[in-house]
Amino acid sequence: MEVLDIIRPENQVFCKSGLMTDATLSYCPGCGHGTVHNLMMEVIDELGIVEDTIGVAPVGCSVLAYDFMDIDMTQAAHGRAPAVATAISRTWPNKYVFTYQGDGDLAAIGTAETIHACNRGENIVIIFVNNGIYGMTGGQMAPTTLVGMHTSTSPYGREVETMGSPLKMSELIANLPGTYYVTRQSVHTHKHARKAKKAIKTAFQNTRLGNGLSLVEIVSNCNSGWKMTPNESNIWMEENMFANYPLGDIKVKGKLRQIG
Amino acid sequence: MSDLKLMKGNEALAEAAIRAGADAYFGYPITPQSEVIEYLMAECPEKRTGMVVLQAESEIAAINMVYGAASTGKRVMTSSSSPGISLKLEGISYLAGAELPAVIVNVVRGGPGLGTIQPSQADYFQSVKGGGHGDYKLYVLAPASVQEMADFVADAFEIAFKYRAPVLILSDGMIGQMMEKVELNDQVERMSDEDIIQKYGSWATTGKKGRERNIITSLDLQPEKMEARVQALQKKYERMENEDLRYEKIQCDDAEFLIVAYGSSARIAQKAVQLGREKGIKVGLLRPITLFPYPKQQLFKLADQVKGILSVELNTGQMVEDVKLSVHHKVPVAHFGRTGGSIHTPEEILEALEENIIKDGSIRHH
Repeated sequence: MEVLDIIRPENQVFCKSGLMTDATLSYCPGCGHGTVHNLMMEVIDELGIVEDTIGVAPVGCSVLAYDFMDIDMTQAAHGRAPAVATAISRTWPNKYVFTYQGDGDLAAIGTAETIHACNRGENIVIIFVNNGIYGMTGGQMAPTTLVGMHTSTSPYGREVETMGSPLKMSELIANLPGTYYVTRQSVHTHKHARKAKKAIKTAFQNTRLGNGLSLVEIVSNCNSGWKMTPNESNIWMEENMFANYPLGDIKVKGKLRQIG
Repeated sequence: MSDLKLMKGNEALAEAAIRAGADAYFGYPITPQSEVIEYLMAECPEKRTGMVVLQAESEIAAINMVYGAASTGKRVMTSSSSPGISLKLEGISYLAGAELPAVIVNVVRGGPGLGTIQPSQADYFQSVKGGGHGDYKLYVLAPASVQEMADFVADAFEIAFKYRAPVLILSDGMIGQMMEKVELNDQVERMSDEDIIQKYGSWATTGKKGRERNIITSLDLQPEKMEARVQALQKKYERMENEDLRYEKIQCDDAEFLIVAYGSSARIAQKAVQLGREKGIKVGLLRPITLFPYPKQQLFKLADQVKGILSVELNTGQMVEDVKLSVHHKVPVAHFGRTGGSIHTPEEILEALEENIIKDGSIRHH
């Protein structure tokens, strides 16, 4: 097959969702955020819910998510997206409300808002992108940083004695009666991205049915912060991140699953 | 037909919020204003009007819930007291930056730190000089009675939506806790979702239907754009000064001496004016009802008429700075105030006026 054959429309396998804007992504080449954005917009488009969807953007690398997603969005203060989403969902109970948050936002500064929104069983979707580091501020240690991992604020490696252990937020909130669906996915291969998309779709369908809180964690790479090439970072992620953050469903239809 | 009731300031405020057609209240308990959320929970406004009431996990969560509901065009309120307001300031700055309408109530207690649960006016600077980060101001209403605790809720919502800006009702533990008769407004119907979408469709994030997407944010990484955004806010504040200043003059027409006081201090100062008049002292009271905008020009003019001004506040001297800025050194200005939860008596105020102003004023003018 010639190159010109490959790019013919009938041979197209993947494309940019119609709900992604033409703005240039601000993410580093190789980063998973763009893929997650695209999967979410595909799901919202396929479910036909764009007119009733309101997104909440965080502080962090994805602070500008609203530049890329062609839907109504509100930018929240650092860590407070679940509180912002709570109020939107409570005052507009028929809308689809989601937050898009990184691990610094959701698992450090916003831990209280995350846990209480989950515990109240708010009818919202939380998309949680976990790359084990603060990307935007330049690669500092996050609560999710792996033991021994070098960051700009753990330059000799994260040490449990003084810095604590990696925080597994999904396992933590899955134990709260208010959560309905908790799953951990990744988007670094087509196969994984397809599974992640299915999980995101399940989460939005849960909102439609009024089932309560769905959280989809995406374990992702941060090649810039980890100081690796994109490909190296994906291999490192499979070998190290997945060992700490095993992929799979943690809670389905309100029932805990065995994972890892 | 309106309703006459005997109520606590905090309760009157809560009832007024329901009747003003508020869509939501988010709060966290703190003395001396917990009656607001207690009253709302007991009244089941969800059944009365469909108003959402939620006890948040913190003041921080509560103000960010306010931000969320406000971003969709809903009429939303929160209340707290001093340490809780300190926690809310980041969110208040975001509300101002993202140009969102919301009503915030501070039933002030003494500080700094955990301070005391007794009344105070020590949050004046925090309320009118910014408080949170960045170049912003709040429209600040200072009720001096239970009646005004009720009346100012609807007024605050009106201003908040007129300017798409957060409005602060700056009360204190005395106004919040005391009981007085209050005439309540009739129930205003809440706006329907369809009306909100139609009326605020140019900015509110209610879902992208039949229009381009709406974005609520306070972020602009390009300096020239951010500067333009901040300048636009300043224009809004100028408009507030030109169109929505509120104050009350009590016995100022023939006054030789002036007391300036707001909120509970104005209530007490009013009695001091009466006592002074009985002694033959021609004293008047200027009560700023809005603390921003501030009655600067009114004070500037009064300074041509009076011999001296006493700023009476339940703090160690905060509003007095604005009084001094307003009168351009035309007459002596002094401060009198109790703090830490202590409350001045009318006699103390009169004595302070006689010692600090009348004596000085007479030296200056004779």
